Amino acid sequence: MGHDITTEIRTILRAHGRLAADVATLREEDDLYLAGLTSHASVNLMLALEEHFEIEFPERMLRRGAFSSIAAIRAGLLELTGADA
Amino acid sequence: MPLADTATLVDIARQIGATHAAPAADAVDREARFPHEALEALKAEGLLGALIPQELGGIGATIADVAAVCETLGRSCAATAMIFAMHQINVACLLRHGRSAPFFREYLAAVAADQRLIASATSEVGTGGDLRRSVCGVQPEPEGRIRISKRCPVISYGDEADDILLTARRAPDAAPADQVLVLVRKSDCTLTREGEWDTLGMRGTRSFGFTLDASASKDHVVPVPFADAASQTMIPVSHLLWSALWLGLASDAVARARAFVRAEARRCPGDTPPSAPRLAQVVAELDTMRALVHDGLSAFDRHKDDVDTLGGFGFALRMNNLKVSASRLAPEIVGGALAVCGIAAYRNDSPYSVGRHLRDAHSAALMVGNDRIYAANAAMLLVHKEE
Repeated sequence: MGHDITTEIRTILRAHGRLAADVATLREEDDLYLAGLTSHASVNLMLALEEHFEIEFPERMLRRGAFSSIAAIRAGLLELTGADA
Repeated sequence: MPLADTATLVDIARQIGATHAAPAADAVDREARFPHEALEALKAEGLLGALIPQELGGIGATIADVAAVCETLGRSCAATAMIFAMHQINVACLLRHGRSAPFFREYLAAVAADQRLIASATSEVGTGGDLRRSVCGVQPEPEGRIRISKRCPVISYGDEADDILLTARRAPDAAPADQVLVLVRKSDCTLTREGEWDTLGMRGTRSFGFTLDASASKDHVVPVPFADAASQTMIPVSHLLWSALWLGLASDAVARARAFVRAEARRCPGDTPPSAPRLAQVVAELDTMRALVHDGLSAFDRHKDDVDTLGGFGFALRMNNLKVSASRLAPEIVGGALAVCGIAAYRNDSPYSVGRHLRDAHSAALMVGNDRIYAANAAMLLVHKEE
């Protein structure tokens, strides 16, 4: 897993999240949906994360909660890659 | 109060269908008027409180029970069934997502006691038909009040409803998808009707456009994000109840075709009428549609308390697929019934007429447009994996 997974998530979020808010100012626990993440953009975000981290989100993770914050995304990625936080 | 028993509820619905909905269906369609006879009869039986638990004064029926009622009413008058279904969808949302709040518990008890009819105002001018975006926002006012102004391209039975459940942004400066559900009483609203409701079918739903200006206590805001209410309740329950009533509508068209072929057969015993093989195909399609609807209902029943599954892509795809398939099959089946009966069904003055059925059935593909649903499914399938 990369040296700073959170930075990578932020980069992908900036490119694909189409957020109304500035990604740099988001705290890790901030609700991305409240920041303007739409269901359509969330799919693009999932695809970009899968490509970047070379993982596949299983069916059980394909739900709103798993992508609701930077922290939630990181927890999912760490679970899938088996890396330590 | 009747017992929460599917057979009893269906019997009541069948009775109301025969005595109130069916006799008025042609006039409701022709005059694009509200099916008030049937709605009064449904209220008299307490059916507007069908889903509300008995502890709150309702019947305590399940979604499958209500779907059976929708199907039964759909056989008599699809507009009546649609109004009934839409009301129940709103009740289902309030029950699941509002019930923890004292205001909504009291409100649901009032729906059961007074048989209040709830319309919904989810679409909005400027969102391109996207349920999950709002332009208007909940504006805080002094003394715990809120105000909402919304331009609604359609509010079905907006004139006849007692209350309206609407979507809005959580606040005027919230993101478009950061929505909440708000219940507003008609008595606290100014509703200005815009345009006419002169449509091919579903004419009795009187789905006019309105400009809505509402004031309410802040307690009227459903205490969970609309995103959750939409994915866990509003969307699946809509697709289930709509599909059930379209099944009823298609079933009545097929019943007419069957009666036609039986009459033909009786005229020439020993010769299979030329229309009989085509009827066999139509009946097979109807069975396919019935299986789809019942499968969807049992899937919902299995997962109804599992919000993780209800909110997941797999379940959303399944409910969306039910909707697109049922809405494609309904006009196909009615068209098949028309082909079986020929001119006898094409005429508007014959016992085998299916003109109203056909026109009503064509609304199915438009209620949440199938193209929009396919586009949403296409996006979800990019990341969804088979189990």
